[in-house]
Amino acid sequence: MNAITHPSRRGLLATVSSALGAFTFGFHAPLVKSAAAQGSNAVPEINVWVVVRPDDTVVIRIARSEMGQGTLTGLAQLVAEELECDWSKVTTEYPTPGQNLARNRAWGNMSTGGSRGIRDSHDYVRKGGAAARIMLVQAAANGWGVAASECSAANSIITHGPSGRSTSFGKVAEAATRLTPPADIPLKDPKNWKLVGKSIPRLDTAQKLNGSQIYGMDLRLPGMLNAAIHACPVFGGKIGAIDSKAAEAMPGVKHVLRVSDNAVAVVADTWWRAKTALDAVKITWAEGANANASSAAFAEVMKAGLDAPEAAIGNRNGDARAALAGAAKRVEAVYGYPHQNHACMETMNATALWTPERCEVWTPTQNGEAALAATAEAAGLPPARCEVHKIHLGGGFGRRGAVHDWVRQAVAIAKQIPGTPIKMIWSREEDMLQGRFHPVTMCKLQGGLDAQGNLTGLHMRISGQSIVAGIFPQNIRDGRDPVAFQGLNASGGEADIGYSIPNLLIDHAMRNPHVPPGFWRGVNLNQNAIYLECFMDELAHAAGKDPLAFRRALMGNHPRHLAVLNAVAEKVSWGSPTAPVNGQAVFRGLAQTHGFGSYVAACAEVSVSDKGELKVHRIVAATDCGHAVNPQQIAMQVEGSFVYGLSAALHSECTVKNGRIEQENFDTYQVLRMDEMPKVETIILQSGGFWGGVGEPTIAVAAPAVLNAIFAATGKRVRHLPLKHADLRRA
Amino acid sequence: MAKLNVNGRIMDIQVEADTPLLWVLREQLGLTGTKYGCGVAQCGSCTVHVDGAAVRACAMPVSAFNEGQKIVTIEGLSPDSSHPIQQAWLALEVPQCGFCQPGMIMAASALLAANPKPTEAQIREEMTNICRCGTYNRVLAGIQRAAGIGTSG
Repeated sequence: MNAITHPSRRGLLATVSSALGAFTFGFHAPLVKSAAAQGSNAVPEINVWVVVRPDDTVVIRIARSEMGQGTLTGLAQLVAEELECDWSKVTTEYPTPGQNLARNRAWGNMSTGGSRGIRDSHDYVRKGGAAARIMLVQAAANGWGVAASECSAANSIITHGPSGRSTSFGKVAEAATRLTPPADIPLKDPKNWKLVGKSIPRLDTAQKLNGSQIYGMDLRLPGMLNAAIHACPVFGGKIGAIDSKAAEAMPGVKHVLRVSDNAVAVVADTWWRAKTALDAVKITWAEGANANASSAAFAEVMKAGLDAPEAAIGNRNGDARAALAGAAKRVEAVYGYPHQNHACMETMNATALWTPERCEVWTPTQNGEAALAATAEAAGLPPARCEVHKIHLGGGFGRRGAVHDWVRQAVAIAKQIPGTPIKMIWSREEDMLQGRFHPVTMCKLQGGLDAQGNLTGLHMRISGQSIVAGIFPQNIRDGRDPVAFQGLNASGGEADIGYSIPNLLIDHAMRNPHVPPGFWRGVNLNQNAIYLECFMDELAHAAGKDPLAFRRALMGNHPRHLAVLNAVAEKVSWGSPTAPVNGQAVFRGLAQTHGFGSYVAACAEVSVSDKGELKVHRIVAATDCGHAVNPQQIAMQVEGSFVYGLSAALHSECTVKNGRIEQENFDTYQVLRMDEMPKVETIILQSGGFWGGVGEPTIAVAAPAVLNAIFAATGKRVRHLPLKHADLRRA
Repeated sequence: MAKLNVNGRIMDIQVEADTPLLWVLREQLGLTGTKYGCGVAQCGSCTVHVDGAAVRACAMPVSAFNEGQKIVTIEGLSPDSSHPIQQAWLALEVPQCGFCQPGMIMAASALLAANPKPTEAQIREEMTNICRCGTYNRVLAGIQRAAGIGTSG
């Protein structure tokens, strides 16, 4: 097990000072023990989720990956709620993917994406906590020779009611491990929750304040060498020729290697020396068929798709084309969304140790099991002889989930140097060039209004890239990517359209460029919400109606969508005058959507100067995720979502020229910084009754709320992101 | 061969003179709290103090420093995470993934050392470090808390 250590609040000062006291210059001892050295049966494991040590320490196992989103703390809260343990004694650890494999997936799915951590595992982790409590109570009752029904547990103490005797979890843990797990595991009524629903401080803050948190990039193993790598920047290209003579003579260089047929790596004693030598390798690429590909050329392909006769249908009712033909007024617009890089602050990296018998990998991953599968394949060994140690992620955002291209590379390097651990780190440039990019799409929207300005028909034609086609092509059925319609589905409870439109057609003409796509935080909800929510504003304007009133008239059958929209409208006093800021008039824009099981809405307040300078002053956001496990963490995810969403809206774009991405670092791939960050006010509707995700949905309302506010301010519709290309001076 | 004063200790360093200070800290001295984010002084993940001022260590060769300059990394900011910035960060739960936070904390503490009562506008202008998780509003509030000044609400 990889222990995720965190001091309790009480122990903070002592633990931190001892960590610094033990600090020594020079190379550290290995920070992560191998699984074999630890032995998972050496501790009193009540069940796979709960270990209780004799000193009453409670170890809660977390199968999902913590990457900043707070799932570690939220999942621990869910287990501890049912366990009735003392929260101050809780610590956590990751089971490894190899252990999950060996124990028949006892911990279930380890994938951490799609805002799934809590909403997909709340039931079984709570049952894990409840089952452990039942066994601990039974063990105490057995010891006293009384009925378990006469005993209760609270705060890690078990009490026998009639006699008043008590004991602690730690004292009966060993006995509890020998009991048969209960078959019937009732869970608490949510109204009795004590930990769930509370803004409990997260468990992983202290080590992030003093440099002691270890990320994949920080890992050190005895005898380790470091690798820098450069793959063909034209996707699909290969190595042509390599001249490595100069590089091989440079200080510290041990090896210059081919990795697969498309990348060159330098292995050296330090990463900086490896990187410096890599820059000195002369590589000639065989760029292949994509050598002349460009964003401009692909835009023409997508444009053709906007009017193509064939498209996969995502949502249809009535006859949209007939309604449009018979409309009193027709509105039409074309929108576009570019490629974008996840740009995790920690670049991709993995440490691999390969021998003919076994392969181990240490890496920040959102999906330990997928990392294990990639390791086994690259190692040429069965998964049972491989192991992946999950290391804390310096950002994930989807890049570290579905595709483990960097793990395969690290293993491919290590395989050429058996018995030596190799830590491979991507430079920022490599990370930018070798992304798995936000899909590029366009959308043509056509709406029909009757004489009273009511929406009678809508046709929404999406044209462009499919993530699923790039990553899980086996999930494409009859040319249809089911994930392409996120936020636009008729039903399903996951990502449904919030409007009832009498005649509706939403379809997708799939057009895939050679740029590899990835699940980018928010996935397809991002562009779909922009397309729909900005066009709803256009329709309202064409109908001469207030954007809020226009939406509300279509939302009668969508009460949860409406509730979050109403919540933000009420909070900003929609319709009331805004106060100028620094002499600039302030304008509002709205957006709402449904994704990852949660309902979200936002109202942005912006001003645009005479020179066309945009300032986003304030955003009010509402989230209904049903059960809100840790409201403070949800608020942090909402705030962070606006940084991610506004970065995408204002600045971030990856363009292709000569087959390769043009933006190689943060100087050209710009993201939001503090000077542009608006104030964010978060409303959490604790409606209960369902479990929605929170890490992603709010991103999707950031851009449309701002774009609609810009229209209110300037009369200009910005339909192609990023905004940096737009002239916002009033027309 | 270089001599550096890092966190109060004089260290002998054996590296090529053009090695960035960041990689000397991380690979020669084992001080991995200072992060690599971009290598071109854009993101600030590598921020350290040199004689109290914030410096982006990824773009400064080690040859630019001598033992007379006091280099402080996140590991040496305080012995027990008691610096007012660290305390404010703990109270407001600023970090998410945390990768950029050592640089944020070093930039924020240098800002307060130079300007103990910064205005909100000054903080927004001075703090140019990148955070992708999106902690900016809590970073702002943390600096204001550490400075003992009210937040903007």
